[in-house]
Amino acid sequence: MATPAGAPRTVVGLEIHVQLLTASKMFCGCAVSFGAPPNTLVCPVCLGLPGALPVLNRRAVDLGLRTALALGCRIHPRSQFHRKNYFYPDLPKNYQISQYEYAGHPPLATGGALEIVTEGARRLVRIRRVHLEEDTGRLVHAEGASGSLVDFNRSGVPLMEIVTEPDLRSPAEAREFLTALRRLLQFAEVSSGRMEEGTLRCDANVSLVGDDGVPGIRTEVKNMNSIRAVERALAYEVARQAEARRRGEAVVQETRHWDERRGVTFGSRSKEEAQDYRYFPEPDLVPLEVDEAWLERVRASLPELPAARRDRLMAAFGLGGADADRLTASPAMARFFEETVAAFPDARVVANWLVGEVAAYLNEHGTEIDAITLTPRRLADLLRLIEDGTLSGRLAKEILVAMIKDDLDAVAVVEARGLRQISDEAALGRIVEEVLAAHPGPVADVRAGKDRALGFLVGQVMKATGGRANPEAVNRLLRERVGS
Amino acid sequence: MPETPFETARGLVAAYRAQRTRPSEAVEAALAQVERHEPRVRAFLHLDAERARTEAAAWDRRYAAGEDTPPLAGVPVALKDNLCTRGAPTTCGSRILEGWRPPYDATVVARLRTAGAILLGKTNLDEFAMGSSTENSAFGPTRNPWDLSRVPGGSSGGSAAAVAAGFVPLALGSDTGGSIRLPAGFCGVVGLKPTYGRVSRYGLVAFASSLDQIGPLARDVEDCALLLDAIAGPDPLDTTSARVPPPQARAALGAAPRGLRVGVVTDAFGAGVAPGVAAAIREALRTLEGLGLAIEEVALPTLEAALPAYYLLAPAEASANLARYDGMRYGLRAAGADLVDTYRQTRRRGFGPEVKRRIMLGTYALSAGYYDAYYLRAQKVRTLVARDFERAFARADVVVMPVAPTPAFAIGERAADPLQMYLADVFTIPVNLAGLPGLALPCGFDGGLPVGLQLIGRPFDEATLLRVGHAYQQATDWHRRRPPVA
Repeated sequence: MATPAGAPRTVVGLEIHVQLLTASKMFCGCAVSFGAPPNTLVCPVCLGLPGALPVLNRRAVDLGLRTALALGCRIHPRSQFHRKNYFYPDLPKNYQISQYEYAGHPPLATGGALEIVTEGARRLVRIRRVHLEEDTGRLVHAEGASGSLVDFNRSGVPLMEIVTEPDLRSPAEAREFLTALRRLLQFAEVSSGRMEEGTLRCDANVSLVGDDGVPGIRTEVKNMNSIRAVERALAYEVARQAEARRRGEAVVQETRHWDERRGVTFGSRSKEEAQDYRYFPEPDLVPLEVDEAWLERVRASLPELPAARRDRLMAAFGLGGADADRLTASPAMARFFEETVAAFPDARVVANWLVGEVAAYLNEHGTEIDAITLTPRRLADLLRLIEDGTLSGRLAKEILVAMIKDDLDAVAVVEARGLRQISDEAALGRIVEEVLAAHPGPVADVRAGKDRALGFLVGQVMKATGGRANPEAVNRLLRERVGS
Repeated sequence: MPETPFETARGLVAAYRAQRTRPSEAVEAALAQVERHEPRVRAFLHLDAERARTEAAAWDRRYAAGEDTPPLAGVPVALKDNLCTRGAPTTCGSRILEGWRPPYDATVVARLRTAGAILLGKTNLDEFAMGSSTENSAFGPTRNPWDLSRVPGGSSGGSAAAVAAGFVPLALGSDTGGSIRLPAGFCGVVGLKPTYGRVSRYGLVAFASSLDQIGPLARDVEDCALLLDAIAGPDPLDTTSARVPPPQARAALGAAPRGLRVGVVTDAFGAGVAPGVAAAIREALRTLEGLGLAIEEVALPTLEAALPAYYLLAPAEASANLARYDGMRYGLRAAGADLVDTYRQTRRRGFGPEVKRRIMLGTYALSAGYYDAYYLRAQKVRTLVARDFERAFARADVVVMPVAPTPAFAIGERAADPLQMYLADVFTIPVNLAGLPGLALPCGFDGGLPVGLQLIGRPFDEATLLRVGHAYQQATDWHRRRPPVA
């Protein structure tokens, strides 16, 4: 990366909390589900009642191992859980069961890497560790109530923490990394990876290194609810630290919160206390032993990862790299593509529609392919109507939008709106005659060899048919009648 | 009818089956005994007489109908009040849990219900099982049935006193550093601390999770084995419960222990051991020798380091285990100016001085900069203690020490001096650190007070301990002596 001489270099490391796609919680059998009434998904274990004991959810370990394999980490055959001690009302035991890392106590996995593409070049970002822990409950500030309430439905939900080395060199790289990581987690079926819903959370450590090579004080930025917010928050923080450096002011080591609305980070007002979490091995859980047989089972169950999927799509369907990239932006998109091709085998056409019209719709509405009513079968049906001449491409685009909005099949939209293409030559012939009679000037121009005038006449026919006329037929009929 | 309502649990069950008596009669006799002596002994924190009578009546009918009944059907049992009982008070002897009723049964409680036991009540204990005298209960001390001016030992003092006083033939306690064996020794009953992992801890309110173990108290070894069989075995709700088959302890009692080697810990007869205690232990060894056991000398060089190591590790775990008592969700909540002040006021009022002392000790031992010097070092001592025992078990099948250096001390005598109090556990603590089974049984008297013999076994070899103890009780009658109260 080109750094102007004398400008400080940006150093960013990320800590990502990933909510795992398990049916039950980390240490008890309570269901993991959202939107349930408060404190209905709880039991003595996740409420931290006296006498209750944790039992490790092996499915959560499976997903942690999947991630570790996907990131090329070293998986430790024996790891340990620890208690992280601090008082807070959303933490029912007043300690969190987590995996700490110190001599003789490795977490689940350490030392991996994830490739990102930045400024056209591929680069490896090192992963420091992957570990498992439990989520906390949620404080609810009820309207009109004086105090806070706690919802423990989230208490004990399985979390995986991924920590990078401080290898990222710009806010844009952080964005690229998070995008790639989220994609990996989604393809590995480890997490839904939705930052907006909190199933993926990211804290960022950022500092500047001067041209003298001396690292600056780092700050930790929290509370970003999208990948875009991470990039913006880091950009703000880099600029803030650079400005402090320019003025000769000290950067304070602190946790800062991103204010999405104002577009700034701010330090917490209360005095920063150095937290001593008094970690020690969790005596209620035996050490986690992962043997080769377990690892082999996880390896065998690992779904196809993004890079492999991309290569396969290119090879199997003759797609270009750019299309393949966009079709593997999410597993839902890749799956949608393959399922549509199964019903409508012209892969190029399917790819064009997905990266074109469908992607445009998703962008415009800020949504995802698996969150809309369109199904592969519906898209295939639509494409078939174009292929057999029932619809023009232009009409089909309108119909696509209507299908999504009204949750309808293509045929239903066509019928409901009377949008079937007019290919009947007798009917079209009458309209063409009317247009020719009404526009003698352009007709003369066409006869004089001015092709642009033909376009005008086609447009008039289209206008008269509400766009339903088969364009090929109109062209042919016009040329016949004008005699050009 | 004997002067106490029943001698043993197995005797009761046999009498029920032969229809010589009924569970209702036994429960009434137990309640009458409680009424007579409980005002002075104060073994119970809660008693559920109505429920006991209802359950007894149901067993009456099943015995009368000649139905198959589970092994403890209709036997009154007392539970230490740190075992969760669904819908019934579980205070741990602490103000901070006053009024709390768990929504679930501990695994051992569920197993006792399945075995047919009638859960008569919950017994007194040192607050959160932290203590050696039951004086640390927020609800007042329990008294030793042998001498009401003396402590029953702790922390399971209520359970030991209830068995000694003839309130119940069986009781459960918990043992983190000697809390079953010490009160068993002081009250002249039998108490077993099983191997760590032998009995599920699910539903035992934690003091120090890596040391806590639930175990039986009874009048003799055979009843002790009967109760162990009812509660032991793996539990999917406690991942530290060992995946080993249940001990079938009672069935193992028949085999004579002839030829087994007894290792006497020579280090355990030094200064601090009362001459009367040492004499009773030596006499017990002669009895064992007479039964055909070989006496060997074994060394436990780290014995002295075990106590200080324990007083770092147990408080460290306790400091985290007791963090949840913050007034937010259950139990006592004292009003505070803000969140932190609410925590502070609740814990200030809810915990007694010994609990506070241990929380502070443990918090300190885990703090940044002290962890290596205290917690980690104590863990190393723990490993050394376990190795000492391994070496001893290369030369012996059972290791013998006194339960405690002295018999029961006077109420109030050591209350102001925690170090003196802690010394009562000097011979029991190493067994918890090593995770081994330890059996306490009466082996004589010193100044009219019971003396306890401690047999220590290899991991998961409760059967050998109980065999030796049972053979000893066949040859002696210390376990048949009854205190003046009873």
